[in-house]
Amino acid sequence: MADPKITLEQVLHVAKLARLTLSDEEARQMQEQLDAILGYMEGLDDLDVSEVTPTFHSIPMDAPLRPDVPERCSDRSETLAQAPASEAGGYAVPLVLEVNS
Amino acid sequence: MTAYEPVIGLEVHAQMRSRTKLFCGCPTEYGAPPNEHTCPVCLALPGALPVPNEKAIELAVQAGLALECEVAPHSVFARKNYFYPDLPKGYQISQFELPLNGAGHLDIEVDGEPKRIGITRIHVEEDAAKNIHGSGSTAVTVVDFNRGGTPLIEIVSDPDLRSSEEAEAYLRKLRDLLMFIGVNDGNLEEGSFRCDANVSIRPVGQEEFGTRAELKNINSFRFVKKAIDHEIARQEGVLQSGGTVVQETRTWSEAQGKTISMRSKEEAHDYRYFPDPDLPPVVVAEERIETLRAALPELPEAKRARWQKELGLTEYDAGVLSGHPEIAKYFEEATQAFVDQSGAKAKAAGKKVGNFIQAEVLRHVTTDGLEALFPVAPTAVAELLACVEDGTINGKIAKTVFASMVETGTGPKVIIEQQGLAQVTDTGAIEAEVSRILEASPAQVAQYKDGKTNVIGYFVGQVMKATKGAANPKAVNEVLRRLLDER
Repeated sequence: MADPKITLEQVLHVAKLARLTLSDEEARQMQEQLDAILGYMEGLDDLDVSEVTPTFHSIPMDAPLRPDVPERCSDRSETLAQAPASEAGGYAVPLVLEVNS
Repeated sequence: MTAYEPVIGLEVHAQMRSRTKLFCGCPTEYGAPPNEHTCPVCLALPGALPVPNEKAIELAVQAGLALECEVAPHSVFARKNYFYPDLPKGYQISQFELPLNGAGHLDIEVDGEPKRIGITRIHVEEDAAKNIHGSGSTAVTVVDFNRGGTPLIEIVSDPDLRSSEEAEAYLRKLRDLLMFIGVNDGNLEEGSFRCDANVSIRPVGQEEFGTRAELKNINSFRFVKKAIDHEIARQEGVLQSGGTVVQETRTWSEAQGKTISMRSKEEAHDYRYFPDPDLPPVVVAEERIETLRAALPELPEAKRARWQKELGLTEYDAGVLSGHPEIAKYFEEATQAFVDQSGAKAKAAGKKVGNFIQAEVLRHVTTDGLEALFPVAPTAVAELLACVEDGTINGKIAKTVFASMVETGTGPKVIIEQQGLAQVTDTGAIEAEVSRILEASPAQVAQYKDGKTNVIGYFVGQVMKATKGAANPKAVNEVLRRLLDER
């Protein structure tokens, strides 16, 4: 691939951050596809946007705000029942070690 | 040996005192049973959408205004992506490119030296849930999402701090400020005010910063100083032995008295921020900002300056009496009531009330976050001191009366009446008592006549004892001198 928009290393780095395990074949395939997508996006470079205000959202609206009034919460027994495991009113997950000395 | 200079920047996470979470209506109240305060939004159930809490945005703007920040009319929520069990969405909603508050500053003082510390930014974000490791069955981490989604402001300082003392002064001042404006309850133990410190060192005179370590989870002012001092010493040790400091996250272990590397966090620094498509920009109109500015209460520093100028307090007294927002309020209310009742001038009143509160009231006061419990109402203190002012009782008796007020909850006038503590200013009654004592003490009278006039203290003591402290000391002295000189 001549001068790719995204390198294989970048693909693997992003995959790692997203906790995805890719085979060599899958990684190459992702690189090709992402490269094509990024190449397609490059078409935007042809537009003159010097007069356009940058936008952070696709819908031209302000965030509606909510009054600070407590509402009813979910039933804990119902939500905990959805989890693979629970203990002492909490969601149980594999032990996370915070500190390695 | 090379001399090094520490460079410290602080990131403070402060929970905002809204009743509900940042993006849903679950209560933020502390201490509920695990996961009772959760809903589809803060548990990240599919399809749930966040709606920002107006009150939280307002509190964040007020924090920005109090720290002289530039408030952004448009700010944007962004997703900070990382995997951790305390983050159900796989990202935290925070702010990145366009935070609500831009640059500001906070003025501190260490050893009488004033210094301005820059604030880089103050952004709004949601708190993570709480992980409880290895309690109960030791093989699991238990997640409690009650705290998840609580509104926080993250206050990022410039790397302007040069010692652990400066860092501590900055944190105390910041906490003080946020408590006085009612944004945060200042409760370090409950984790509503938390600090991370970025610490690096560089040879004195070098412009460029050294490699920094990030110290996490410092949850007391005492630990802040210890953790930073330890980290500075550790980095000096590394450099002096020819090593290099690596950029890493470390945590303070109080048990081991040192900072420890947190390798588990090392890979997490690539957060891939992007604007949250679920949340349009937050707009705070200029008029709204001005309304919020006008609604800010008097800031602690301005309050202290005013007290010194108008209420006759020393800098020290003003500092003690403004140690907590409720104590400050108590002092002001008591002073006002004292002025109203006694007609005293504000300057004299402030000094008298301030002294009495410091000497007698404060040791009975307990505080918990923004709450404070007082033994008696401020108006009752004013009433008591007005009784001293009009000569009904003297200052010494006032302490006895106050002790009874605390014990019984009764007002000062009733206690003075019931216990017969009113000062005897009736000269006739004092004269009778003085004559009796002079008769009974010929030796001391002779001493006085020999010019040992300080024996008068003995007579005063005897009179006060005989009147159970109720005699007006000034009247006693006058009568004593007159009757002694007549002999």
